[in-house]
Amino acid sequence: MLNPADLAAIWLTCKLATTTTVLLLLIGTPIAWWLARTRSWWKGPVGAVVALPIVLPPTVLGFYLLLLMGPDGAVGRFTEWAGVGLLPFTFWGLVLASVFYSMPFVVQPIQNAFEAIGERPLEAAATLRAAPLDAFFSVAVPLARPGFITATILGFAHTVGEFGVVLMIGGNIPDKTRVVSVLIYDHVEALEYGQAHWLAGGMVAFSFLVLLALYAFTGRKTR
Amino acid sequence: MRLTATALLCLVCCTSATHADEVQVAVAANFTAPAKQIAADFEKDTGHQAMLSFGATGKFYAQIRNGAPFEVLLAADDETPARLEKEGAAVAGTRFTYATGRLVLWSAKPGYVDDQGEVLKKGEFKHLAIANPRLASYGMAAMEALTTLKLLDAVQPRFVQAENIAQAYQFIATGNAELGFVALSQVFKDGKFVEGSAWVLPAKLHQPIRQDAVILDKGRGKPAAAAWLKYLRGDRAKAVITSFGYEL
Repeated sequence: MLNPADLAAIWLTCKLATTTTVLLLLIGTPIAWWLARTRSWWKGPVGAVVALPIVLPPTVLGFYLLLLMGPDGAVGRFTEWAGVGLLPFTFWGLVLASVFYSMPFVVQPIQNAFEAIGERPLEAAATLRAAPLDAFFSVAVPLARPGFITATILGFAHTVGEFGVVLMIGGNIPDKTRVVSVLIYDHVEALEYGQAHWLAGGMVAFSFLVLLALYAFTGRKTR
Repeated sequence: MRLTATALLCLVCCTSATHADEVQVAVAANFTAPAKQIAADFEKDTGHQAMLSFGATGKFYAQIRNGAPFEVLLAADDETPARLEKEGAAVAGTRFTYATGRLVLWSAKPGYVDDQGEVLKKGEFKHLAIANPRLASYGMAAMEALTTLKLLDAVQPRFVQAENIAQAYQFIATGNAELGFVALSQVFKDGKFVEGSAWVLPAKLHQPIRQDAVILDKGRGKPAAAAWLKYLRGDRAKAVITSFGYEL
C-alpha cells in the first residue's frame, strides 16, 4: 500500500497546490478584472501570454524556467541579488512555476464571470456612491462567485496534475519537490507497478471527483 | 493532406533503398552520440538503415513488453536485456556487452572539479546532480562510488535527482547544480573534455557499468537486425565507441 514516502509526496502535493491556488487568486483576480474591462490594445497580447501554458508542452516551460531561474538567467540573477538564492530544486521554485503554469485555469473563469456581469450593476453601484474598490468587492466579486469557485477548483486540480515542469526543475527531493506525479513516474520506471497503481489510481479517482463536483456545481447554477 | 504527404515520403524512402532493410533500434540515452555516428557508417557500409529511438532503458522495457516495434535494444545496463531474454521478449544467445560506461564527476565551470575529486570532500556546493539510482545504472554506480569513498552521508542531503543522466547533464550544464555525476560519453570527445572540468572516477570505485545489446522478439530472423549487432562488434564501430570514452 502507500508507504511513508508516498504519503510525504501526497502532503507536499497538497501544500504546493494550496499555496499556488491562493497566490493565483490574489494575482489572477486583478489580471482577470483588467482583461475583462480594458479596451486597451494590450488586452490581446496579455491574454495570449496568460493562455500560453495551455498550448505549450510542459517540457518547453520547464526548460525555459530552468534557464531563466538558473545562475545565468534573468530570474536567477534577480533572486540571487535579492538574497534568496536560486529557485530550481526548491519548493518556492515549484510554486513560481506552478503559478505561471496554472494561471490560465484561474484567470479565464474569473475573467468570463466578470465579463458576464457587464457594466450595469457597477454603474448602479456608482450612482449609489460606492467607490470603485467598494463596488468591486461588494458587487463584482459576489456576482462572479461561480467563476471564483471554478477557478479555485481548476487551479488546484491542474497544479496537482502538473508533471513535466516539475520534472524539469524539481530535482526529485523528498519533502521539497517530490510530488505525487513525479513519484508515480519513478514507480513506473522502476517497474514497481503495484506502488504506482495505488498512487495513479488515487489520482484518477481524485481528478474524477473534482471534475464531478465542478460540473455538478456549474450545472446547478445554469439551471 | 498530411497523411498523403507522409505516405509519399515513405514511398520515396522505401524505393530509394531498394535492397536495404530498416532496423528499429532502441538506444540508451547515454549512447545517443556514438549511436548516431555508427548508424551513419552502418548505412554507408551495408546499405541498411538503422532507425534510432533514444530514451531511458526502463521506459524501453515497459514499451517493449507492451508491443513496441523495436527490433534491437542497446540498453544502459546488463540487467534489462537479461530480463527480457528470460521473459522470452528477446532472442536467446544474442546478448553481448557493446560498451562499458565510465562515470565522471563533472562541472560546467572550468577548474571547479579537480582530478582527484577533492571538491566532494570540501563540500562547498549546494547541489550535486545524480541520475536516480533506482532507475539509472549511472546513478547506481555513483551511489556505490560515494559509499566506497565514505562520502555518501555527507553529500546525500545535497542530491538533486534527475530521471536519467541526460537530465543530470542538463541540471549541471545550465549551472543550476554546481556539479554532478554524468557519463563520460556525454562530456568527452576524441580524447578530451568538451567543456567544464571533470574527474573520471577510477573504475574500482563502483561495479562496472556494462551496457548490453540484444535482439528483441520483433527482430527475430531479420537480416538487418543481425547485421546491426554484427556491425556494432566491428572495428569501425569499436573505434567510435572508444572515442566517446567508453571501454570495451
